[in-house]
Amino acid sequence: MRIMDVLLPRTLDEALEMKAAAPAAMPIAGGTDVMVELNFDRRRPATILDVSRLPELRTWRKEDGAFFLGAGVTYARIVNDLTMFPALMQASRTVGSPQIRNRGTVGGNLGTASPAGDALPVLAAYDAEVVLARAGGVTRALPWHQFMVGPKKTVIAPDELILGARWKIARGPGSFSKVGTRNAMVIAVASLCLLFDEGGRTVRVALGSVGPTILRAPDAEQFLARVLHDAGAWDNPRVPVPPAAIEEFAGRVAQAGRPIDDVRGTAAYRRHACTVLAQRALTWALSDRKLKETR
Amino acid sequence: MSTKVAERTRGGVGESVRRVDGVPKVKGQFLYGSDLWAEEMLWGYTLRSPHPHARIVSIDISRALSSTGVHAVLVASDVPGRKTYGLEIPDQPVLAIDRVRYQGEAVAVLAANDLELARRAAERITVAYEVLPAVADMEQALRSDAPNVHDFGNVLRHIRIARGDYNTPADVWVEGYYETGMQDQAMLGPESGLAIPAEDGGIDLYVATQWLHVDRDQIAPCLDLPPDKVRLHLAGIGGAFGAREDLSMHLHACLLALRTRKPVKMVYSREESFYGHVHRHPARIWMRHGATRGGMLTSVYARIVIDGGAYASSSTAVIANASTFAAGPYEVPNALVEGTAVYTNNPPCGAMRGFGAVQACVAHEAQMDKLARALRLDPVELRVKNAVSTGSVLPTGQIIRGSAPVREVIRRCAAIELPPAPSERDPLTYPGGAGNVSRGERLRRGVGFAVGYKNIAYSGGFDDSAECRVKLFSGPGGVIAEVHSAAAEVGQGVHTLLVQIAREELGIDTVVLHPADTSVGSAGSSSASRQTMMSGGAVQMACRAVRDVLFERARRAGLDRELAPDIPVAIRDGQIFAGARRVGALVEFLDEPIEQTRVYHHRKTTPLDRDGQGDPHVTFAFAAQRAVVEVDEDLGLVRVVQIAAAQDVGHALNPQSVFGQIEGGTAQGLGFALMEEIQLKDGRIRNPSFTDYLIPTILDMPPVVSVLIEEPEPGVPYGAKGAGEPSAIVSTAAILAALRDATGRELNRVPVRPDDLIGLAPPVQSSGPPPAPNVPYPEPVPKALGIL
Ligand SMILES: Cc1cc2nc3c(=O)[nH]c(=O)nc-3n(C[C@H](O)[C@H](O)[C@H](O)COP(=O)(O)OP(=O)(O)OC[C@H]3O[C@@H](n4cnc5c(N)ncnc54)[C@H](O)[C@@H]3O)c2cc1C
Repeated sequence: MRIMDVLLPRTLDEALEMKAAAPAAMPIAGGTDVMVELNFDRRRPATILDVSRLPELRTWRKEDGAFFLGAGVTYARIVNDLTMFPALMQASRTVGSPQIRNRGTVGGNLGTASPAGDALPVLAAYDAEVVLARAGGVTRALPWHQFMVGPKKTVIAPDELILGARWKIARGPGSFSKVGTRNAMVIAVASLCLLFDEGGRTVRVALGSVGPTILRAPDAEQFLARVLHDAGAWDNPRVPVPPAAIEEFAGRVAQAGRPIDDVRGTAAYRRHACTVLAQRALTWALSDRKLKETR
Repeated sequence: MSTKVAERTRGGVGESVRRVDGVPKVKGQFLYGSDLWAEEMLWGYTLRSPHPHARIVSIDISRALSSTGVHAVLVASDVPGRKTYGLEIPDQPVLAIDRVRYQGEAVAVLAANDLELARRAAERITVAYEVLPAVADMEQALRSDAPNVHDFGNVLRHIRIARGDYNTPADVWVEGYYETGMQDQAMLGPESGLAIPAEDGGIDLYVATQWLHVDRDQIAPCLDLPPDKVRLHLAGIGGAFGAREDLSMHLHACLLALRTRKPVKMVYSREESFYGHVHRHPARIWMRHGATRGGMLTSVYARIVIDGGAYASSSTAVIANASTFAAGPYEVPNALVEGTAVYTNNPPCGAMRGFGAVQACVAHEAQMDKLARALRLDPVELRVKNAVSTGSVLPTGQIIRGSAPVREVIRRCAAIELPPAPSERDPLTYPGGAGNVSRGERLRRGVGFAVGYKNIAYSGGFDDSAECRVKLFSGPGGVIAEVHSAAAEVGQGVHTLLVQIAREELGIDTVVLHPADTSVGSAGSSSASRQTMMSGGAVQMACRAVRDVLFERARRAGLDRELAPDIPVAIRDGQIFAGARRVGALVEFLDEPIEQTRVYHHRKTTPLDRDGQGDPHVTFAFAAQRAVVEVDEDLGLVRVVQIAAAQDVGHALNPQSVFGQIEGGTAQGLGFALMEEIQLKDGRIRNPSFTDYLIPTILDMPPVVSVLIEEPEPGVPYGAKGAGEPSAIVSTAAILAALRDATGRELNRVPVRPDDLIGLAPPVQSSGPPPAPNVPYPEPVPKALGIL
């Protein structure tokens, strides 16, 4: 009896052809989500399409002020090599264990689209778009929030594959933090990515694990941009930002969350954690800006 | 296959001998139960109840039976012998009979060509249930309007220990209410085994278990086979911690193998494992301590309720332990302890490392700290003042006869150097670890101390003897000793220890282990910190008997003058020495092998009487720990910075093994303090996987600085005490105390959650202890009623 077919394309084109011919085939990259689903007997795909060997997905490159990260790049490679994106590095470092980071990919994180996916708040804070491809050289790019539309829900079409993510490179400090009840290898109870875009004079904040999908905090972002503007801090990083404003910002960030009680934590704690993470991330960023200025 | 021990070292008692199973385990070559394989083997699979409590209206197996690759589907009526089993009380159906009492109870089993076919076929078994109201709370179980989990009611056992008058006036009183959650053993190797039908109509079962013989004695009557036709063989064990004391897949695999006449393998998945074994009892504990102004305990009142879940397992013994250890290792003239184990429709609870003493320690140590605060005394000094010692009388009236260096344990622990404040820190070392949540904001350090103790070997009048057979013979490479013991190597190192003892007693290097099986007598369980004393004692006795025969042969061969009774005789390097003089080589007297079998019994104990008085425990091992923690006061995240541990071990026969036990027990206690809990809702497990049942990682474990207190226990082999449990008992309580010190909060429930540490969740409340159930006897209720 035949239980499952495994397709092993060697190139992206071949993979897209196969996907077009068998749209129900389930892509597998690192397998760190897929294999769990299979082992738990939650999914029984008739066909699996291995995208882990496709060279086109395992690359990154600068594209004219933007950056393209291939779907097949593993967390381990990001941690080792992508020093120009500290928040992405930090997020990648928080993922699982060394074994998981050696296998797991950002493409897989996007494919799963869990609100607890650690790469996702970073992509959201980067205002990244997700690049999708189908056979015949057809690609489309969707802003992250149009791609991920609910808990574990994306708008990818059955004949498409994720090529990667692309974002405009911004200048400025930023960080990613994740709260969990264990000091490593833990699913986020709440996570936060905060980024300064000095050029655009904006601060972007994204939250994970506190809503059905990744959330941004636009109200808090605008508030902070205004505070920095009014204080003259955009031009002079040494201008102090009043603690009350930091607190207000943190409170507004937490307001953007829509947390629930579940087996990993309470809604009340999640909301509280967002406040603390926002406060810390902003304090760190402000001090990093100052440091950079004095150097 | 025998394990050859090839070491140039002498490798006797007291050395940190390398483990006999160490290299294969590290290299991934060790064969675990889940690696077993046989020609034409089938895979067994279990269909389990989705409901905590329901009546089975009907079961239709026809569609499953006709599925591809399926060889057999069995239900309760297919069990040929007794339909129920149990460690103490046979109240658990092999396969559910008309009713299911917990979510995950086995309803049907089937065998198919592979696991995937088996799983798919199981989906085609149709069970019609009529859902019944469930008893999902241990105090609810005691109320008169609660549904009955078993026909005779919901009280499994009630223990009352009364000594003196617990209302004796005292200068100071402190009170407390404590809750502990349901912990899982989380052994990394799930339940596994392979049953092979034999030509004589019997069965050979290769299984990862803690006690081969008690398994056999439960299996045989259910299979309707005489015990000698049920042969058990120990398979490689990936951890146990109590989870392998009860039967799991054993009977199911045997039933399927006997029905299909083919080998049947069963391995649980991690999720199934959460339903397939018992857990640590959740407990609710009310305590009241009285003391003099000078800090001497005058009175202890303790009310303990533990949730036994749907079936008895070893709950009857766990509640006896929790009750007898309720006052802690302290002298107290007046005590009243009331302990109740109840049935509910929650998953069954049973043995887990620490066995009732863990929950008691959480409560009595919190009380000692409260008392120290009320009296403005140093908590360590308060403990020293009240510590038991040899000759002390416990609340049960038992007099401590063995070694009890409790003051030494406490003082040595407290004297361990505190960790220095680090000058430069890796951000990974902040609370929150790899999550990158901290640059050192709002850190608060706390220090906590705890003392606890544990009985060694089985209690209450039970004779859990251990047998061992030793054969000395001349082999190709020299003289070899073969040790045959049924003791289960659960990772604690007992196999290495048996080899060390044989080397020590026989003076030879080459000792091999016969595979553990039921062709030798029972070794008793690898639990209750008992194998060092029990199977260690049995090997020692058997070796000495072998030696006696050897020397007798030598005397008969003309060495009677050299081996006169007043001359000390020894064996070294394969030679017999009389005093300093070499008198002959071992091989000369081994034309025939020498084989001797001996049984070791510990001293007799007695059950508790109606007032909880008696001499229930064989002997005790004590431990103290000091925990240093850091709490992120904003996020409620924790890092344990250091554990200082002192343990009373009698005599460390393999010091490295003992340190390993202390560290492992500490990790398990740390997990219980901070993260490990099976979360239940209406009788259902919400987190049956390692995704959401968290156990500590290396970033959660601090360095453990251990000291061993070696005051030999009189009357036991080498004066050695078991070392498996005490660290697991005290570390939870010590960490809790440190967290209270850091936060100033009450923290009266384990595991502690971030919400508790930052005050988002209030301390757990109780409106007071439930009245003692009206049970006039200390025996387990079903036994006293003569029902089971
Ligand atoms: C022990 C453990 C710990 C973990 N810890 C974390 C953690 O801390 N943080 C975290 O965020 N995640 C964690 N995960 C989840 C997982 O590792 C991540 O989501 C990871 O990013 C998945 O990547 P992958 O390459 O393994 O994906 P896969 O499992 O191969 O695939 C995941 C999904 O994406 C789809 N997919 C993959 N590639 C493509 C593609 N190119 N085009 C279209 N669809 C695609 C697959 O079909 C599937 O639906 C953990 C998992 C495990 C087992």
